[in-house]
This record gives sequence, C-alpha cells and structure tokens, in this order.
Amino acid sequence: MKQEQKKIEPNRRELIASGAGMMALLLIRPAQASDETMRGAMRQFISEAQVRTGRIKLDLPPLVENGNAVPLTISVESRMTAEDHVKTIAIFNQKNPQPNVATFHLGPRSGRASVSTRIRLADSQTVIAIAQMSDGSFWSDSADVVVTLAACVEGL
Amino acid sequence: MARALINVPAKAKRGDIVEIKALIAHPMETGYRHDTKGEPIPRDIIKSFVCSYNGEDVFRAELFPALAANPFIAFSIVASESGVLTFSWTDDHDQTEVRTAPITVE
Repeated sequence: MKQEQKKIEPNRRELIASGAGMMALLLIRPAQASDETMRGAMRQFISEAQVRTGRIKLDLPPLVENGNAVPLTISVESRMTAEDHVKTIAIFNQKNPQPNVATFHLGPRSGRASVSTRIRLADSQTVIAIAQMSDGSFWSDSADVVVTLAACVEGL
Repeated sequence: MARALINVPAKAKRGDIVEIKALIAHPMETGYRHDTKGEPIPRDIIKSFVCSYNGEDVFRAELFPALAANPFIAFSIVASESGVLTFSWTDDHDQTEVRTAPITVE
C-alpha cells in the first residue's frame, strides 16, 4: 500500500507543479513534452559535457501561421576540415509530444555546416539546436516561435 | 514507390561546396492523431536519411515525428570527384527508398 503511494506521488506532483500540464489535460491534448523531458533528451545527447552559446545559429521565423511546416535553418561556424568540423547537430523542442526533432550527422566532406529542413510545432515554444564539434565541445542556440495554427491538433 | 525530388547540380568545380536538396513524399504520421472514429492512427514516419557519395556516407539524419510531412532536407557537400550521389530514406517498416543522382566534377 505504502509502496504504491510512493509510486503515484511523483506523477501527481509533476501534474500539479506544471500548470501547462493541467491545461493540456483540460484541453484533452496529446501528451506534451515539458521543459524537463526536453532537458532529459538534451542531457542524453551531451551527457556530462558543458554547452556553450555561440558558433551555432538557429534560424526560425519568430511568428508562424501554420505549425505543420515551419522552415528551419541551422548553421555553425566551422572550417569543416578533418581536424576541426561539426560532427552532429541535434534539434530539440519544448512542447511537442516528443522532445526530439531531428539529428544531423556531418563531416569534413560537408564543406559547410548548414542544414535546412521543415518541422512541426504543436504550440508556441522554444526550439533549441546543439552542435557537437570534432573536438568534443558543444554549442547551442535557441529560438522562440509563436504559432497561431498548431500542428497535430487538427482532425482528419 | 514514393515520389522523391532531388536537387543536385549536374556540374561542379573540384573543391566547390554544393548544396543538395532532397524531398520525399511521405505523410510522416506522428502516431498522436486519431481518425474520425477516435481510433489512434499508427505511427509511420521516415526515421532515417542517408546521402552517400561514391559509396561513402557524407550526410546522415535521424528524424522524429516532429519533422513536417514530405520531409525536406537541404545540406551541402564538397564536390571532390565525379560520380554518383545515393539518397536513401528508411521508414518505420524498415523499407528503404533509394534514389541516385550523378555529379560531374571538373
């Protein structure tokens, strides 16, 4: 009995702690990733390393009408040589059902560390991009996006 | 066979950095939506994309449901030698769609 209560406790706490979670419940929306799940996904990518801001630039429109296809460009300052290049770029989001968006693997043969794609955003939120360099350092940039028509909510 | 669009410059100078664009027709069903009867629609997405240049991988991507339908990816490569670029997209059912594009390097 006691053990069961212990198991339930953190869930309830999380729910009450996050007003956003309550809102999501009220609106009967699919599960949302929270700051915490995004941080968890980021932690998995960077493990124990330090993340610095700079060198990477995340380009997203500040205001989008349609969250179903939001253009996104990431570029990293790097000479892209065999000794010094961008290895991986990962994109994370705060409020989609899953914190991961995409992970790109580059190398010296990329020539330029720049990737563009189109993503879905379920809500107005912060998007974060982290680049891992060949020397093991991590650099990040974030962008806030206001979405007027969210992805994932429309029916068929 | 899904429709795919690839944009590779036909000719490039040796050492030039060229932009590659790749798009494939795919719903990228997130698995979070329901149909009109309220039944959940199973997830079906392209989960990985690889571009190889004369057999060597030069660009790779892992995709998640947060990628828009008809996934579009633009990236760049160094035109080092004439040959073939191979693009492959793999979906949740481990089915792979492959396209190739030639490139001439002068």
